[in-house]
Amino acid sequence: MLRIFDRIRRTGRLTEALPAADRQVAELGADCQREIARKFGRSLAIRMVDAGSCNGCELEMHALNNSFYDIERFGIHFVASPRHADLLLVTGVVSRHMEEALKRTYVAIPQPKLVVAMGDCAGCGGEFGVSYASCGAVANVIPVDAVLPGCPPTPLQLLQGILELLQRS
Amino acid sequence: MSRVQQIEVTGGSVRELAEQLIAAGLASSLPVRAGIAVRLALEPKHWGLAGEMAARLGLRWSAVWGDHRPPQIRVLALLFGRDGHLLLETALPEESPDLTSQTPAFAAADRPERALQDLFGVRFTAHPDPRRWLRHQAWEENEYPLRREFPREGNRIAATLPDCDYPFPAVAGEGVYEIPVGPVHAGIIEPGHFRFQAVGETILRMEEHLGYVHKGIEKIAEGRNLSQLARLAGRVSGDSSVAHCWAACQAAERALAIDVPPRALALRAVLAERERIANHLGDIGAICNDVGFAFAQVQMTRLRELWQRQNLAQFGHRLLMDRLLPGGVAVDLNPQRIAVMLQEIASARREIEELLPLLLEYPSLQDRLRDTGVLPPELARRYGVTGYVGRASNLQDDLRRDAPYPPYDRLQVEVPAYREGDVAKRVRVRGEEILASLDLLNQLLETLPAGEVQRDCPATGTEVEGLGLIEGWRGETLAYLRLDGSGKVLRYFPRDPSWLSWPALEVLLKEVIVPDFPVCNKSVNGSYSGHDL
Repeated sequence: MLRIFDRIRRTGRLTEALPAADRQVAELGADCQREIARKFGRSLAIRMVDAGSCNGCELEMHALNNSFYDIERFGIHFVASPRHADLLLVTGVVSRHMEEALKRTYVAIPQPKLVVAMGDCAGCGGEFGVSYASCGAVANVIPVDAVLPGCPPTPLQLLQGILELLQRS
Repeated sequence: MSRVQQIEVTGGSVRELAEQLIAAGLASSLPVRAGIAVRLALEPKHWGLAGEMAARLGLRWSAVWGDHRPPQIRVLALLFGRDGHLLLETALPEESPDLTSQTPAFAAADRPERALQDLFGVRFTAHPDPRRWLRHQAWEENEYPLRREFPREGNRIAATLPDCDYPFPAVAGEGVYEIPVGPVHAGIIEPGHFRFQAVGETILRMEEHLGYVHKGIEKIAEGRNLSQLARLAGRVSGDSSVAHCWAACQAAERALAIDVPPRALALRAVLAERERIANHLGDIGAICNDVGFAFAQVQMTRLRELWQRQNLAQFGHRLLMDRLLPGGVAVDLNPQRIAVMLQEIASARREIEELLPLLLEYPSLQDRLRDTGVLPPELARRYGVTGYVGRASNLQDDLRRDAPYPPYDRLQVEVPAYREGDVAKRVRVRGEEILASLDLLNQLLETLPAGEVQRDCPATGTEVEGLGLIEGWRGETLAYLRLDGSGKVLRYFPRDPSWLSWPALEVLLKEVIVPDFPVCNKSVNGSYSGHDL
């Protein structure tokens, strides 16, 4: 236990001691926070659905919760139930086997709601496109408010995308 | 509980099986391919029997796939023994594609054979499970997407119905209840369905229903040129981008008889080991997080983020996608950057050497992880599980050591192995693999050959085929490739190691409580996308 406390003490607070490039995260985040407060009260609840991704986008989404990006300090958090969500974040093309599950998740989110298609696959079909097994881009299946290109988008780009969307809507 | 010191690779000999099959008139020899020790042609009616004989000799079953070449459907199977890989080949008439199943001999063949049924219409006689596997409602029972005449866009225009009628076996009894989970899961994760039957908190039975992210990868690969194929291969499973891309490129290079420059091969190994480390760092943190030990999650995600930023700075992509090309790699290093990388590696080693013992000795963490989700060695062997799941249960096969491809043939590869097969050991194996990979990175960077990093891969004017076999971070990663005379893809089959570990998850849940399911699942961490294709 003492070794753990010692390790924590020596690690320090990473979210403050950021190199120059990462101060962008703090600015974005602060803007994000103002937008979220204006439209959604004090927090943005995100329900994510992988409709057919390769899992690359999920890895970068996970990174949003690490000490460097620490997305929760901006009032943005991921929720388990679509009933609790404000924003539906979709990755991947929509595989035909996930078509109905995605639609039901979308319908279950109460208004006001936003949909972000994360990554090239979700945005425009990416590497997989439309086929016997895939519906292609998310917009082919449910209404989409913003597309975030990238393969995968970086955690920073993900934050930027959410901010742009909130400023527009 | 100490590490297994004795090196134990899969016991049987593929050459011995070949001799037995040929002597009994059940098979004939075919010219070997690069990476394959033995290649045999069989009549369809001897397919199941060959499986039985292979099982008796103690071989490991690895994969089966189809290839429609009208008027026949070729079926190929891969097995492994202490003396290398064996490729079995047969051909079925497309109007009556019947084949005896190898599932009675090898549990690992169960779902791959069912997938062949779904995609090609191959009818496996004596298969214990008649249910569809990858097919949900996107195509009909009498449609076969990977047959040449099936259109790439399919035959359906309307929306696809949900898959509500998959027949899960029911468990009856006092107090037994069912919990359906997925396809949409609570967290940030891929979709799949798990059907639990439980009494109180104890899981009686769990069954997986996968195929939700089936994207038709094999179909859309047809007609691609090699660089388009490499892009697709790198997205079979985003966390295994290097592994699948390397396997596909290796298959192409073997098919076209291309000598990849030694510097490129060394850089490929650098990328592959970096991918292994990144995933193991993330997994160790996530496994601990699943039992409420947030300290490990915070520390491991910190190290993983630093590692990914180094990937971006040195190689231009956080997940190393598109860094491999047919014929070599798209990146290079100079002495200054190598020096920086060696320092970062030394720093990572210090961190892991400090953190691992903290985790392995922390009593309340180990209380959750020890004896949880036990996969006994005999079951690991029966299911032919490779990678860290296998190694925690003493199935030690590691292609980098046991069937090495360059540059691993000149490197010392440490393979940790344990017998206990619980979640704690699957964490420990990952930790030790990180340290072993850091060592390999040192060896690779300190002995990086000079020279070019890429070579052209011209088509040969004739049809060619090749097999790529890579030890990806999850385990044995296979790619089969058949190219036409102009170098375009006729058939691409990627076999992600998850095909061999997903079944093991069902097995290791015996006597596990429902709240421990997430940590057991994370300790296996099968790829959904890599599996579903």
